[in-house]
Amino acid sequence: MTLRTPNGGPAQPARRRFVQGLAAGGAVAGLGLWPRASYALQGAGLPSVLSGTQFDLSIGETPMNFTGRTRTAITVNGSLPAPLLRWREGTTVDLRVSNALPMHSVHGHETSIHWHGILLPANMDGVPGISFDGIHRGETYAYRFDVKQSGTYWYHSHSAYQEQVGLYGPLIIDPIEPAPFAFDRDYVVMLTDWTDLDPAALFARLKKMPGYDNYYKRTLGDFMRDARRDGLAETIEDRKLWGAMRMTPTDLADVNANTYTYLLNGTTSLGNWTGLFRSGEKVRLRFINGASMTYFDVRIPGLKMTVVAADGQYVHPVTVDEFRIATAETFDVIVEPSGQDAFTIFAQDMGRTGYVSGTLAVREGLRAPVPAVEARQILSMADMGHGAAAHDMAGMDMAGMDHAAMGHAAMGHAMPAAQHHPASESHNPFVDMQAASPTPKLDDPGIGLRDNGRTVLTYSMLRSVFDDPDGRDPGRDIELHLTGHMERFTWGFNGQKFSQAEPLRFNYGERLRIVLVNDTMMTHPIHLHGMWSDLEDADGNFHVRKHTIDMPPGSRRSYRVRADALGGWAYHCHLLFHMEAGMMREVRVDE
Amino acid sequence: MKRLALALLCCVALDAMAQDHSHHMMPMPMPAPTTGEQPKTPIPALTDADRAAAKPPMADHPEHDNAIQSFVQFNRLEGFDGGLEWQGQAWIGTDTDKLWLRSEGERIDERTEAADLEVLYGKPIARWWDLVAGVRHDFKPGASQDWAAIGVTGTTPYKIELEATAYIGASGRTAARIEAEYEALLTNRLILQPLVELNLNGKDDPARHVGAGLSTAEAGLRLRYEVTRQFAPYIGVVYERAFGDTADLRHDASDTRVVAGFRIWF
Ligand SMILES: [Cu+2]
Repeated sequence: MTLRTPNGGPAQPARRRFVQGLAAGGAVAGLGLWPRASYALQGAGLPSVLSGTQFDLSIGETPMNFTGRTRTAITVNGSLPAPLLRWREGTTVDLRVSNALPMHSVHGHETSIHWHGILLPANMDGVPGISFDGIHRGETYAYRFDVKQSGTYWYHSHSAYQEQVGLYGPLIIDPIEPAPFAFDRDYVVMLTDWTDLDPAALFARLKKMPGYDNYYKRTLGDFMRDARRDGLAETIEDRKLWGAMRMTPTDLADVNANTYTYLLNGTTSLGNWTGLFRSGEKVRLRFINGASMTYFDVRIPGLKMTVVAADGQYVHPVTVDEFRIATAETFDVIVEPSGQDAFTIFAQDMGRTGYVSGTLAVREGLRAPVPAVEARQILSMADMGHGAAAHDMAGMDMAGMDHAAMGHAAMGHAMPAAQHHPASESHNPFVDMQAASPTPKLDDPGIGLRDNGRTVLTYSMLRSVFDDPDGRDPGRDIELHLTGHMERFTWGFNGQKFSQAEPLRFNYGERLRIVLVNDTMMTHPIHLHGMWSDLEDADGNFHVRKHTIDMPPGSRRSYRVRADALGGWAYHCHLLFHMEAGMMREVRVDE
Repeated sequence: MKRLALALLCCVALDAMAQDHSHHMMPMPMPAPTTGEQPKTPIPALTDADRAAAKPPMADHPEHDNAIQSFVQFNRLEGFDGGLEWQGQAWIGTDTDKLWLRSEGERIDERTEAADLEVLYGKPIARWWDLVAGVRHDFKPGASQDWAAIGVTGTTPYKIELEATAYIGASGRTAARIEAEYEALLTNRLILQPLVELNLNGKDDPARHVGAGLSTAEAGLRLRYEVTRQFAPYIGVVYERAFGDTADLRHDASDTRVVAGFRIWF
């Protein structure tokens, strides 16, 4: 078993990592160690679970140590992740959130909490400048709203980079009616990414050198290996294609394990968060991706996972070996561990630069083998929405050509019509590529997960247990293109940043369709506040109700929105630094 | 018409108020769609409380998408037998408006042989290109002189970094400088960097040993090791050659030197 280090070389689990593991408790000594088996929803007296209808949450700074170095995290009631909040559907919750950030905090004097995926009045949504004025130092904001839904959600800061420094927590809402599936135990598995850097410095670094973390670019050695395998001519053509685009096929994520330490329920792999089970029990695992910039691929070797809910909403059960969870998504799965005393919950990042693991075990202190991080993948032209494998395009002279003008559609067989692009994208120095023939890709598990011998969840497998709750045909379509520039690290919709664009206007009560086209080479999890996103298939049939829609490169996906929430709502990519760089809009729903 | 439809929706909503629709996400059979315009789950009628909750906040959303960033890089900071050479650049500004500083120069035997500083305003004009315009001041060689500068900086296909600048000086003097640089990755840390720099002049300038036409060309090959992204020592070899009148004005038409230095940025 080889473990890959961030630098790419095979390595032993290094001593440095071991030391990290010892430090993996979270809150530094003197403030109490993180309780290992916390976050079980059943089991009494767990300090990090708050339930009921009245909550006092205090946002402040807490020293944390995940890497051997102590850093200041932004925490709720001193804990990272923030306390698990447990509400009941049909109740009214009161949450008094106070800002106890110290003077001169590097993370600002203002804070906020956004209840991700929750339907509520606009002024309860917690986005400074869009739905309220933020919570200033010394102030307390009273959130109060009716809980109209159930399921697995999360909450996080919507102020500057506070989410990156720890202000996130799980949110579980118990349903009025029992769940349509049985389970004996219930655990939250919250996956996040931690950095010792000040996130403002990380953002600045992305602006200076966006490829800083990419230590996997194609080298001379790769060239020679490819030339031996594919032939020299083909290899040169491949490099020409990428060279003409001035892009890198290894560019899967902007920030990876070279910078991040991945956490599971607030502890590193060596902290080994453990969920207990008795053989034969059904265990419900509520996976939440609360990371700032990371997609995780999750599996539990030796166990099948039955996905029963996505983004808090029940789906027809589907049994898989593995799933990719986009940033901000949640998936509930049922597992039935037996035959072994311990199973590893293994979450590797999409770019295969690192992982975090935890354990399901019959008692504390056990571990099962941890799989190696898999081989890194490189993007193909098909991944990029160019509709054809690289070698099909090899004869084309790509140099200097405008991708928008490329007649890929003319290249024949079963390819969709050429994608049109908004005028604001043309001659726009902040749009570095445009997808020529994007497709929904709903049955594509995504890069690195195809044909890996495992059954991997795709969006097409996710089907809500209910029909389209609105039933109307959308009255209009709004097409938005996800755009950006890799080297300038600018992001937006239709080539425009948040600060340059007017709000999107929805009419109260209308049913509309949002069509997203990903014109970039990155994946983007797109999140609409306040309203559901009802994902459709390629034929416009309702598929699954979600709050965050993953948009892989080269994809075109559509979903229906019912504008039944008056006011101003954030609509954005949930990769924190994409949002901060401009991939965000305000949606205004007016009468 | 839209208003009418909305009024209709509100009526339907009011009608349904008595029913419990709080858990419409639950797995229960949905009534078949009625007419195209009526939602299966009624739209709640708006109340004054809803309207009050939907008031835009007083404060604007704090924006980071146009924040001022900065970058300072010494691309070359190197020594050779008897001398020192530097080439650096810095920018400060937003995505759309940047102030650039660029400087290069050479010291031989503890004397500054050549040194210039450019102050430029830069603006993205195309996907891979920024326009820069401003002034250049030459401290050496000879008496100092000033130029107006205009040029482009960006990335060509196949990722060649290119800087091309034209200069107009006093008494009709003109010049141009083109610099192209490539990074060949031997590994992800060991990088071979070929570089070509061409200098052109419009007129003879004997005092500065410069002749009209292509005056000098420099070709360099540097092998650097990125200890970190920010700090990368290198060794290299540089060949410089003068052409035409410039060659006639100099004692050595060509020069080959072995260099050692580091690249640093922050
Ligand atoms: Cu994004």
